[in-house]
Parts: sequence; C-alpha cells; structure tokens
Amino acid sequence: MTGLLDVRGVVVTFPAPGAGPRRRRVHALSGVDLSMRRGQTHGLVGESGSGKSTLARCVLGLQRPDEGSVVFDGTEIVGLRGKALREVRRRIQPVFQDPLGSLDPRWTVGRSVRESLDAFGVGSALDRERRVKELLDLVGLSPDHADRHPSQLSGGQRQRVGIAAALASGPDLIVADEPVSALDVSVQAQILNLVSRLRRDLGVAVLFVSHDLGVVEHVSQEVSVMYLGRIVETGSREELFAEPVHPYTRALLDAIPVPEPDARLVHVPLPGDIPSPIDPPRGCRFHPRCSLRVDACSRERPPLRPVTAAHHVACPVALQARSQAGTAPVEH
Amino acid sequence: MSERAGRNGGGAVLELHDLSVRIPVSGGRWVEAVGGVTLTVGSAEIVGLVGESGCGKSTLGGAIMGLLPGGSRVAGEVLLRGQDLRGLAEEDYRRIRGDDIALVSQDPSASLDPTFPVGAQVAEAIRNHRDVSRRAARERAVELLRVVGIPDPGARYADPPHRFSGGMKQRVVIAAALANDPAVLIADEPTTALDVTIQAQILHLLRDLTVRSGTGVLLITHDLGVVAQVCDRVAVMYAGQVVEQGTVREVFAHPSHPYTRALLESQPAAHHRSGDLPVIPGRVPDLSEPPAGCRFAARCPRAHDRCAAPPPEIRTAGGGRVSCWLHHDTAREAR
Repeated sequence: MTGLLDVRGVVVTFPAPGAGPRRRRVHALSGVDLSMRRGQTHGLVGESGSGKSTLARCVLGLQRPDEGSVVFDGTEIVGLRGKALREVRRRIQPVFQDPLGSLDPRWTVGRSVRESLDAFGVGSALDRERRVKELLDLVGLSPDHADRHPSQLSGGQRQRVGIAAALASGPDLIVADEPVSALDVSVQAQILNLVSRLRRDLGVAVLFVSHDLGVVEHVSQEVSVMYLGRIVETGSREELFAEPVHPYTRALLDAIPVPEPDARLVHVPLPGDIPSPIDPPRGCRFHPRCSLRVDACSRERPPLRPVTAAHHVACPVALQARSQAGTAPVEH
Repeated sequence: MSERAGRNGGGAVLELHDLSVRIPVSGGRWVEAVGGVTLTVGSAEIVGLVGESGCGKSTLGGAIMGLLPGGSRVAGEVLLRGQDLRGLAEEDYRRIRGDDIALVSQDPSASLDPTFPVGAQVAEAIRNHRDVSRRAARERAVELLRVVGIPDPGARYADPPHRFSGGMKQRVVIAAALANDPAVLIADEPTTALDVTIQAQILHLLRDLTVRSGTGVLLITHDLGVVAQVCDRVAVMYAGQVVEQGTVREVFAHPSHPYTRALLESQPAAHHRSGDLPVIPGRVPDLSEPPAGCRFAARCPRAHDRCAAPPPEIRTAGGGRVSCWLHHDTAREAR
C-alpha cells in the first residue's frame, strides 16, 4: 500500500480572545506529523485543546498552517488555489458532527446529495438522478427519503445523508470530525457499522476524529493520541490498545467508562486540569500532570520514538522503563 | 411527614411509587413522558437511571425536583424521607430544594451566576436555608471549596465563574449542592459536558462525598459506562418506563430485558473488536399514543403475541426486577 496523506511539521496558532498590542496566541498545533495509507481508517483521539479538529481542518484545506506541509497523494495542498484546489476538495470530503449544520434545511435530501455531484460535474443530469438513489441506498436510506427535508429525519438518518453527500464526489479520503458524538448509542452503532463498510466495500480512507477511545478502537486500524497540540503516541490499533506506552494514553484508557460489571472507578486516573493551549507547558506538554516526570521533561520536547516498527511514542522515560523491563525498542 | 416515614427501615431516602408524568403538547394532546415508575434510592447509595434521549429520564428528575413544564400532570407518589412531595406548594418546594434535595445538572455555567464570585454563591446556598452569620457562611463555603478540590480556595473564593475550567465549575456546583447535607441529590448528566479524564475526577469526588455524608444519589445518564464506574444499582428506562432494575453487577453481567441486552451490546467500548456492532432496528414509539402492551415489542427480536398486553414485573434470580413476558415463563417453569 502506498501513502495517501503525509502531514509534516504542521504548526497552527490563532490569536487568543481579547485585544491589545501584545495579544497572545492559542497554540492549536505545534509540529504534527501524520501519515495515512489508502483505504485505511486512522483514528485521531484527544480531549479539549488537543488540536484534533484543527488538524482535521488542515487536511480538508479549511485551515492554512503557519508552518509545515500537507501532502495528499503526491500533491502539496497548502497554498493550493483554483482548479487544483477544487480537484483536491473533490477527493477529500468532510463529515461533521451535526449534519443539521451542514445540510441546507430548505433543500430536500435528494437535492443536498445531488449538489455535490453537480458541483463537481459528475456524469449527465440523468446519471446524477440515478446516482443519488444509489448513494441513498448505499448509506441505508430508501429512495423516498430523497423527497424529505432534514427536519423530517432522525439524527441517525441525517448523519447517513451527510455521509451520502460526502461520498457523492467519489472521494479517496473522508475526514469525519466527531461523526457519532451527537447520537444515542443504539444509533451510533449503525453509523459506526456504515463507516466500517465504506472502507471495506469502497476502499475509502477515513480520518476519524473523536474524543471517544472506545469508538476509535472499534473503527480504526491506526490510532494517534493527541495532547495539547501534539501527537504523543501513534500506532496500530492492536499494539496501541494492548500495550499503551505513553502515560497520557494509559490514563485515558483507564478513564474511559466501560459498561462491564467489574469496571468500577477505584482511583482517579489522572489528576489536575488540562492546561490552556494559550500558554502551554514547556518541554513535554503533559509533564505537569505526569507521574513519570523527571527534570528533563520540563525542558526538552520529547520526539516520537519507535516502540516497534508500527508503534511510536513521545516519552523517553516510559520507553526506557519499558526497555529495562526486558523488551528492547527497535532502532531505525 | 406522612405515616409512611421509615417503612423501609429508614434506609430509603427517596421512594417513587407508580410515578407518571403527562406533559401537554400542541393540539390539546398529551405525552406520557413517564409511565408508572417505581424506584427507591437508599442513604449513601448511588442509583443510575440510564436510557437514550427521549426516554423520560430527565422528566423523572424534574418531577422529583418539582421542576416540570407548566400544565404537567403528575400521578403516583414521590416520597422524600417518607414525605410525599407531590402537590407541595411552590413555596414549600423552594424551602426543601437546595436543602433536603439538591440538583447538579449537565451545564455548570447555567447553574452559576456569571457575575457573582463563586464562593459567594456557595455561601448563599447555605444562608438560603440556614440561619448563620455571613462570616460563618463564608468560612463554611471556603471549606466546601477545599473539600471539592478547588486549589487555594481562600483566594479563589472571590473569582467569577469564567475564571474556572468546566471541571472546576462543576466542582463549585457540587459544593453548593452538598452545602446543606441533602438527603437526596439528583445528578442529571453531571459529567456529559466534560473531558473523559476530568469526568473520572468528578465522578470519583461525587461518590466520595455522598457516601461520606449519607446522601442518596439518583444519577441520570445516557452512559452505561458511567453507571458501571460509580453506581450501586441501576434502572434502565425505555419509552417512559423502567424495564429493568437491579444491582450494577447483576444487570451488567446478566441483563434480563432484551432492551438492556441490546443497549449493552451496541456499545463499541464493550465490544472490543471490529466486525459489525449489533443494532436495534426501528424507532422509539410515539408517547402521545403509547402502545398498550410492551413498549419495546415493535423493536424486540423476541417479541411474541402476548407482548400486546402489558408485561408483568418479575423478580430476577439476582434480586432485581424486569418487566418482560419472557421472564414470566421462566419464573413459572422454575416453580
């Protein structure tokens, strides 16, 4: 499999709320690398201020990075304009948390889905009508849903329409930002099954952004964990969940509420608040809350280092503890 | 106080008996948001009330707090330490709200006055119900802020809410809610707006404080995982009714109702590996015309002709209760 997406050293800052000559900046992304292969679902997980949604917007071309590059299928998309930008937009499509916000309430479902076909000039008018029905069928809606308005649909049905509209232009990559967060669990399960099917049956790659590690574990082959604008751990789903190395990933896994009889909360997995991205901690951004902290953690930014070929972590302390426990890390 | 006080050996602080709530909607119609719920919460006990949106769990909380939309009709009993709250005048309700019975809701920003120092809001919660001096209330408020984990509470007392993170604001709300040692706390999705690591801190705190003070908690949530983390017992709601209740251990290890089972199975976190998640087909029934029989029957993989009649409530082997015809048969076979 070849690379589909290659994000390198992306930095994004925003002006902090307020005014004045010495206005401070929000450090949303501080040097992020991310690679995706074709047809793969990559889960991007993190809490408030982690930068996961900003990274999704950079990949969609909706946010221009201050620094760094975003290469999609061999083309640098940062700074792209005109026709070339339109072509990239056709091939990278968004799915948002609340489809009500992305669907025009005055349009029928059919028109919303067709809009995407029209915009990218897919086929003849007749082809497009047929394609709309096919797309609705693909996402589990019946042809007569085409005549309804978003307000007449349930939350789950609206998200299916959102996915159908995203698929209309025949994308290679779907960037889904919290696509199931607004849905009840029984409906969430249907949408997660649909996302899994897109990859299996259509070979569409998905960048799946979520705060919910349980959901990410279910749909992804690769997972990256973000904390305050940086990726702290990345790897295959199997390795990352079986053997999480970064103390933040471990705490996050500990904190997830699991509906099982023995999942009592016996201790607080992670003390302290998430620091503000306006004035993030120096060195490792997790160090003020970390139980493994040593002096160097507050001075030097820890690079992502291999645990195995398919698993990288930005914590030299945890890596060293792990190698002393008997498993030597793979050197590249 | 009614003659019922202490009939559960003094253990139950909140008892709901056959509680129903009807809410008027447009066109002169009514929605039966809650239909015949019987439930108790003991002292120092956390009972999870879990269900999906529209199941009536928040309306049930509103009925207990006396905070329902105008024109709503409540039938059945709501007993707080044996005293029936139903039909209480608003003035009397105001006297017990924040004193014997308190509320923590999802959005701490909506619970706090944005223009007032947080400490003063906790002190006010005390002075609303206790005849104490300003100075004594202030000292107690600082102490409460310390107990809920606000660092440097003396200095932070005068800060307005916007100087606090979401998690810290919810700590302040909890301090105000527990200020007068209520018998019952209604916690309606108290951690839904928080990040998962902060959620764990708040749940841990809530359990720690209420167990210590003997407060009984009704924890209303959509998240079965949260129930597993901190609740002692759980009641599962579907379309306005409690379909199953029991200890968390019993219900999660051996779910009896087909809806409970389906809900547990559709959770990705419990499912562990990929492959399709089981889904629940169909939709929740329209509660302006609820079905006469089992309300889950239309979506139930094990529905049968007799489900057209209301299901009986059966005691389970583990001591819980389930409303389902399936268990009527097994209970009879066992006899």
